[in-house]
Amino acid sequence: MRPNRALEIGTGLFVLLGFAALFFLTTQLPGSGVQVGGASGYAVTARFDNVGDLKTGSPVTLAGVRIGRVTGISFDPADFKAVVTLDIEKRYDKIPDDSDASIQTAGLLGGKYVGIGPGGSETYLHAGSTIEFTQSAIVLETLVNKFFANFASRGSAGAPEAKEEKQP
Amino acid sequence: MSSAASRDGLLTGALRRVGAVAVFFVAVLAQCVPALARPRLIVHQVYNAGARSLIIIMLCGLFVGMVLGLQGFDLLQRFGSEDALGVAAALGLLKELGPVVTALLFAGRAGTALTSEIGLMRATDQLTAMQMMAVDPMQRIVAPRFIGGVIAMPLLVAIFNLVGLFGAQLVGVQMMDVDAGAFWSQMQGAVQLNDVQEGFIKSVVFGTACSLIAVHEGYHTEPTAAGVGLATTRTVVTSSVLTLLLDYILTAAFL
Repeated sequence: MRPNRALEIGTGLFVLLGFAALFFLTTQLPGSGVQVGGASGYAVTARFDNVGDLKTGSPVTLAGVRIGRVTGISFDPADFKAVVTLDIEKRYDKIPDDSDASIQTAGLLGGKYVGIGPGGSETYLHAGSTIEFTQSAIVLETLVNKFFANFASRGSAGAPEAKEEKQP
Repeated sequence: MSSAASRDGLLTGALRRVGAVAVFFVAVLAQCVPALARPRLIVHQVYNAGARSLIIIMLCGLFVGMVLGLQGFDLLQRFGSEDALGVAAALGLLKELGPVVTALLFAGRAGTALTSEIGLMRATDQLTAMQMMAVDPMQRIVAPRFIGGVIAMPLLVAIFNLVGLFGAQLVGVQMMDVDAGAFWSQMQGAVQLNDVQEGFIKSVVFGTACSLIAVHEGYHTEPTAAGVGLATTRTVVTSSVLTLLLDYILTAAFL
């Protein structure tokens, strides 16, 4: 067959494009590949006991308005706390440094986000500062366990017959 | 062949067609290895089946993704979970819509072209002439087209998915104001490599099925003008039904 330059270039482009798409789908979709919007503001850290399923890229909000996003989640081996790096946009530079950060859930099926509750200090958060007051993610299983533990102890105390049955 | 098939009853005729396709499948597979000795023929067919379907695939992918973005947003908004839109769109595209819609378009765009091309060769006795020259038309004509279709299909599906995600992102993030970070991070958190694999396997299976039906109908065309038209129609109908049937079977197997 006569070599056909345009045809082969077209095929090459198509195959390349196809493999590029396949590569993106297999490597970038599962796991944290794509970073949306690089660091644009100043970085603040907050330490949590438990971040739940907070993910890199999750929004940071103050009064429900998005002011930045989570850019890094790591773990401090010294005190077993999660260190979350928050990237806050430059225009929001008047956030009191005694503000608190809590991990909250958006909606019924929504993801976790970091909510900032403003404090009353005269000095403001700046690059590199740490948010002192944090509240961890509420893990539903822990709540349910606590509830049932309470329920069980109260139930056995209030029902002596059940206790007597258990004794022999 | 079709005059012989008309003697059979409905059930026997259907059974006979399934058998004919299966026998033909084995015959094509047997010719695939010798056909690899002429890679240029295969490249030509990848171009015909893949590169030339690219525009329509991308256009449809964009609109499917955008519709998914709109519908997903409308549904998830009722539960206050718009952030899960990325997950919904990605899983819907990767696992179902990508492979199935691409296969349907592929049957209509590339499958019909294959059938009518081979069918016309049959009707104008070109295939017989090849056999007279000791060139096996199965190896020279059918196998490269089959391989080309099988190669092109997964690539088309991958491109369809990518463009679809872009469309969903366009509607969800740009128009409906879903948070971009939540859209992507939730998607990355929830999509597993298994899901991508499932879509890939589906696309290979659909590509094989659609290409096989197309070359089979073309090769066994009744050698008349009406016969070519009928074969083309049957390619679209059979490929579409087979795709949806296989989709159910594969989905059930993966779950």
